[in-house]
Parts: sequence; C-alpha cells; structure tokens
Amino acid sequence: MSLLRTRGLSRHFGGLIAVEGVDFDLEEGEVRALIGPNGAGKSTLVGMISGRIPPSRGTIEFDGVEITSWPAHKRIMAGMSYTFQITSVFPGLPVRENVALAARRRVPQGEVTQAVEAALARVGLGERIDQEAGDLSYGHQRLLEIAMGLVQRPRLLILDEPTQGLAEGEVAQFKALIRDLAGATTILLIEHNMQVVMEVADRVSVLNFGEMLAQGTPEEIRANAEVQAAYLGGGDAAA
Amino acid sequence: MLATLEGSVTAAVLALTAVGLSLVFGVMRVVNIAHGEFFMLGAVIAYVLTRAISGHPAVGFAVALVVAPVLVGVLAVVADMTILKRLDYDPERTIVATIGLLYIIQQLTLMSYGPDARPVEAPFNTRLALPWFEWGENGLAMYWPWGLSTTSYKLAVIGAAVVLLCGIWAMMARTRIGLVMRATQADRDMAQAFGIPVEKVYAMVFGIGAGLAAMAAVLIVPIQQAHYLMGADPLLLSFIVVIIGGLGSLPGTVVAAILIGLSDGIISVFFSPTLAKILATLLVGLVLVFRPQGLFGTRGV
Amino acid sequence: MSGAGRIWGLHLGLIAVLFALQFLLPAYHHGNLARIMVLASYAVGYNILFGYTGLLSLGHALFFAAGMYGMGLGIQHGGLSPAPALVLGIGAGAVVSLALGLLALRTSGVAFMIVTLMFAQAGYLTILYFGEYTRGDEGFVIQSAQRVLWGIDLSEPSNRYFAALVLFAACLLLSLWLIRRPFGRTLIAIRENEERVRMLGYDTQAHKLGAMVISGTISAAAGAFYGLLFGYAGASFGAVPHSILPLLYVLLGGAGTILGPFMGALFMFYLIDLSSGVTTAHMLIAGVALVLLTLFAPQGIMGELRRRAFGWLP
Repeated sequence: MSLLRTRGLSRHFGGLIAVEGVDFDLEEGEVRALIGPNGAGKSTLVGMISGRIPPSRGTIEFDGVEITSWPAHKRIMAGMSYTFQITSVFPGLPVRENVALAARRRVPQGEVTQAVEAALARVGLGERIDQEAGDLSYGHQRLLEIAMGLVQRPRLLILDEPTQGLAEGEVAQFKALIRDLAGATTILLIEHNMQVVMEVADRVSVLNFGEMLAQGTPEEIRANAEVQAAYLGGGDAAA
Repeated sequence: MLATLEGSVTAAVLALTAVGLSLVFGVMRVVNIAHGEFFMLGAVIAYVLTRAISGHPAVGFAVALVVAPVLVGVLAVVADMTILKRLDYDPERTIVATIGLLYIIQQLTLMSYGPDARPVEAPFNTRLALPWFEWGENGLAMYWPWGLSTTSYKLAVIGAAVVLLCGIWAMMARTRIGLVMRATQADRDMAQAFGIPVEKVYAMVFGIGAGLAAMAAVLIVPIQQAHYLMGADPLLLSFIVVIIGGLGSLPGTVVAAILIGLSDGIISVFFSPTLAKILATLLVGLVLVFRPQGLFGTRGV
Repeated sequence: MSGAGRIWGLHLGLIAVLFALQFLLPAYHHGNLARIMVLASYAVGYNILFGYTGLLSLGHALFFAAGMYGMGLGIQHGGLSPAPALVLGIGAGAVVSLALGLLALRTSGVAFMIVTLMFAQAGYLTILYFGEYTRGDEGFVIQSAQRVLWGIDLSEPSNRYFAALVLFAACLLLSLWLIRRPFGRTLIAIRENEERVRMLGYDTQAHKLGAMVISGTISAAAGAFYGLLFGYAGASFGAVPHSILPLLYVLLGGAGTILGPFMGALFMFYLIDLSSGVTTAHMLIAGVALVLLTLFAPQGIMGELRRRAFGWLP
C-alpha cells in the first residue's frame, strides 16, 4: 500500500496555475526525488502535502486516511516531517532547544534529551549543541534543519532542497545519512543537485509547468527525451 | 437636507485627514497613531496665527491656511528623519514610536497652549438661507424658513476640500512625484534599485500626510474650537475610514469618508454619541478581523 | 549553584527583599511600593503575551478594567464580599480575554495591534455608556468597610502592602514556572518563528490563545486587586493610556525577561513621581520614554543586562 497518495491535486494562484492534476504515489520505505525546472511547482506540491498550502482541488491520503483538510500540525503528529527550503531555524535559541522543540511533539517526555543529542550527533552537530542557532554557519543551519526533521522519527520525511549551500564534504555526509535512513524512513526529496538525486533516489518524479511529466528510476529519467527537453527548454542547464 | 449639509462638511474634512493617513500607510506601511495630533497642531497653530495677525480675520486665516500645514509638515519630516528612519520603518516599532510622539505633541501643547478650547473666527460667515418648497394654497410655494440655513463658510470648506482632493489625485496620477510615490508603494526595494531616493520619498510622504491633517484642521477650526485633546476623534474616524475604505487605497478612502461623514449626523440622531462610537469602534475591529482588505479594497494589511 | 537553583534563588530573593522592605520603608515609599507591585503584576501579565509570545497588544486595559469592574461592581451592586468579588473580577478577565483572543488572533502584526486597540476602546466607551452603574470617568469609591477579606482590613497600609506582595509573588513565580515549561518554551519559539513552530506539529493558534487568556487573566487579577486595595474604580483604567502603560513598563524593564516588568514599573513610577514636581503633564515623560526606548534600547534594562553579562537570566 502507498504511504502517500494524491489524486488530481491542483493549486491555482489567481489565474496562475502552479500545480495541475497531480497523481502521486509514494511507497513505504522508498527514497523519492522530486525534480523539475525552477517554477515547476515542486514547492507548491510539497506545500500542499505538508499542509502549508491548501489545495484548490484534489485529495491527499496519508497511510490510507484522507488528510486533505487537516491542518499542518495534525499531519506532523500523524508522522510527516517537513524541513524548509530557506533555513528556518530559531536563530535566538540554542541548538539544543531548536531540536528539543521538534522532539517534544513526537518523543516521550523522558527521552527528549537523549533523542536530541542522538539526532544532532547523526548530522555531525554534536559539539555545537549549546551554541545559539543564529551563530551557526549557513551549512550548519541546514544540517540543524535536518536534525529537527530526524528527531521527530517521521514515517515520511520531506526535505526541500537540503543540499543547497552545503560544502562538498557536507553533501557527502548528507548522502551517507540518507542511505542510512533509507528503508526505515520514507523520504521525499526536492533536489537540484542531480548527482545527489542519481546516487540516493530509488525513483524520480519530474514536474514541469505544474504537471507530472515523468516518473521512473534515475536511469530511466536520465534517458527520457521529454525530461531533457523540459530542462533545456526551461533554461536550467545546471541539471 | 440640513443634516446632509452638515454631514458634507464632516465628510470633506474627514476625507482630507483620512487621505493623509492612508497615503502614509499606503506608501510607507506605517500606521501613524500621532496623525490626530498633527490635526490638533494645525488647529492650534491657526489659533495662534489668527491671534497674532491683526486686521481683517480673513488675512490671518489665509496665512494660517498656508503656514500651519507647512509647519506641521516640516515637523513631521523631522520626526520621520530622526525617529522613523532609524527604526527602518519596522511596522510594529514605528507604531510604538508614534504613540510616544502622540503623547509628546499632546502634552507639550497642554503645557504651552493650556487646557482651554479656543475659537477661531471664520474669514467670512454670511448666513445663507436655503429655499424650501411646499405645496400650499397657491400651488407650489417657495419658503425661506428660519433654521434651514447654512453659512457661506461651510460651503467654502466643502469646495476647498474637493479642490484639494482633486489636487492630490492629480499629483498621484499625473506628476513625476506621484509616479515615484506609486513606484515606492508597489515595491520599495525595486524602487531603490531604480535609483529612487526612497528615504526622501518617505520623508516627503510623511510630511504631506501630516500637512493634509493640519489643513483639514485649519478648515474646521472656525466651526469647532482648538483644544489639545481634539486629535482623538479625527484619529478614530480616520482609522474607521481608512480601514473600511481598504488600507492604502485613496479612492476607497474618499468614498468611505463621504459615507461615514454623511451617516455620522444620521447615526447620532438614533443613538447616543457614546453608543455610536462604541458601534463604530466595534465595526473597525470586526472589519479588520473578517475583511482585512476593507469593504471596498482588495489588499490586506 | 545549578542553573535552576540560581534562577529560583534570584526570584525568591527579590520577593524576600520586598517582604523585608515593608518594615524599613517610610510611609510614603511604602505606599508607592504597594502600588508598584500591583502595577508590576499587570505588566507581568502583559509580558507573557508581548515579551514571550511576540504579540503586541494595545488593548490590555480592557482586561485590567474587566478585573477591576468585575470586582468593584460585584461589591457595589452585587453585594458580594471581597473574596467572591475578586473571583468574579478575575473570571471576567478570563472570559473577556478568551473572547478577544478568538477574534483578534485571526489577525497578526499591525492588524492585531489595531484590533486590540479598537476593542479596548469599545470596552472603555461601554464603561462610560453604563455611567448609571459605573459612574463613568468620575468612578466610584469602595468603602473601607467593604474591603475586609477574611477579617483582614485591606485599607490598612501594612495589610495592603502584604496583599500586593502576595499578588506580585504569585504572578512572578507563575510566569517563571510557565516559561520554563514546554508550553512557555513553545511560546518563545512562536515569537521567534511562528511558521516553523506550526510545521513542527504545534497548534500555534491554540498556544497563542492560551497565552492571551493567561496574560489577560493575570492583568485582570491586577485590576481586581488594584480596585480592592486602593478602594476605587474609574473609567480611566480602561482608557488607551492605561493600555500603553504596561507596554512602557515592559519595554523599559526588558521584554521577554521575568524581572523586566517589575524593573520597568519601579523606574517608570518614580520617574513620573519625580517629574510631577515640575509638570502635571506626566504623559509627556511616558511619550519621551517610548520614543527613546524604541530608538536606543529596544532590549530594556534586563534585556541589556542579559545580553552583556548574565546570559542565564530567564
């Protein structure tokens, strides 16, 4: 059974069509990359899945339950976790408290401290636990975001461009982390870095002009002429 | 009929005051709580000037009509450059600062001008009787009844307000200054990138907004009186008008001012003034909660 | 000393000092300090919403007045004794803050400020409108005979001081306890970045409503005690300047610090007290202070202390 299922999911902003009629299925335990040129509607799509943006039409099911009208916080409690594209940590609070805020929602009271330390160690921020989050470098703030997602022990972890702005070593560390999580956690990854996509994703979905253009294994997508055309036509040669 | 005329005077003055507030909010995104005090200052300066200048009252009044708005405008520009600019026009902090400004202006006026309400003589004040038609014994007859009369001055206030509002509209729509203001309103960063001196535009807008309030006060002061607490009602009414008209929308503001001004007299006939004010404040609160784009506007806060 | 021990020690120490001061102070300052402690309790309530949750209300006089009039009218027209009258006042504050919260929290930022201002103004006008019962601006006096709580005459200065201290200590310790708990920590996070808190799985709307009700109820308790201890209820306690007052105290003392409200109330009270020899226009001092604080010291006294030297201050 699919962990996540959308049918006919659409979002219009005024006259602008951001996402149109997307049917999207995510199997339990897979690592799925969502790619597409800039403005293809990737962030809008995951925004609707996570509850940040209400859809104009269509339905969303999570774990067999329809959640289309659920508020975001209820979806998180049901086992989703979402990390922001633009780092969105609490700059005035210590790193420990940032992760603890995420943990308190999903981890029993007595285990919070331990879970926080474990999550931070896993992304390599163990030594910075008592620093203020605002003092971290940009790359470290991104890793902190991921730790905030991990500590919630989500069934579905949504990562919105997690490697943007990371140094090469940090990207390698991130790839290792995803491989480590794969199988236990279902991961939906919006990613621009195609090398990361090819290495970590089980399957890839391509969004173009708000519609699902193609889905398949990384190899299939790489060979797909339509996808190549979309990227070249979209002017995003970096892909 | 008479209530409508009195209402038109209220509407005219209110429209000027509210357009000042709306302009400041529209372009600068600043909610100026001290707006009513700029209004009050206009009236007080008019009193001082008409007292100081001897001769026909019209001379002093004419001077006041020019000098008071300019003085108040300059004061506002100074306040903008010394306070608001340093806060980087942060919406919440500027509100707190303008509350401070409100008390500073109000209390300094109390200390220098005193707690009394003082009248200003109108420059001209001919009583104009209005005709009334009635179906009498000899067919349609025209009356000149007592009580149904207005003064030439009140008509002049309405006329002046219409001229000023047309002037503002022409400035916004037809001149380069208006274009620059609209560009700044639409996108501050983009305007800055195109070489528009945003900070100067802001200072100017804040000055013009305050000047409009002062101008409205000079116009109304021969009908009301100058008092250090007189800023509260225009502030509240302007808020109502600006919020109902849609924040930052000038046409909406004028339409709402006319509606509120005309209905003001009518509402107080049915309710006590206090109850009318309670309803008005509740209305503003509820409009902001349930229709933040205003009853006419399209944009939210 | 451990972190928690140091924090509790400091605040219990302040309460002990205030307790001792009542035996040392001359009558004039003794009376002032009782008043300051009640006003500081009002500011403690305000600080929970403004300082810790980041919601700037311009309408807290509504809650203060709800407490004051709930208590005062209960005694004056309901024939209640002080204890149930206090409960009535505090309950009125809870209900009013819940109602205003449900409405005003649909907005945010500048709109929230204006909405709270407008509803508080409507409340003030309502007090004037029912002048028959409230006696409007003039207000009404609560006789000493009606101010005897459990056999303690609250119009007697040392009893009054002690009652004010009990109120202040309760509010201070409650706010300290609150912000050290997960609920309070979430409020701080909402202040820092509300959208992120929502996406961590918190119902931020419910948290903000909770903060509003706690804040409003504490403010109402301060209003009810103020009326009872000083024997007077008047419409000016519901007017706009009385909503600005706690904002001023909290900004001066330090928003989002536990001791800030008390420090702000203490300094501002004596600043105005000293200036009253020079001018009767005492709101001028408030205006100047507001502008200067926003410009030069947005952190306030305790905020600066925390930033410069004592990072552990809650």
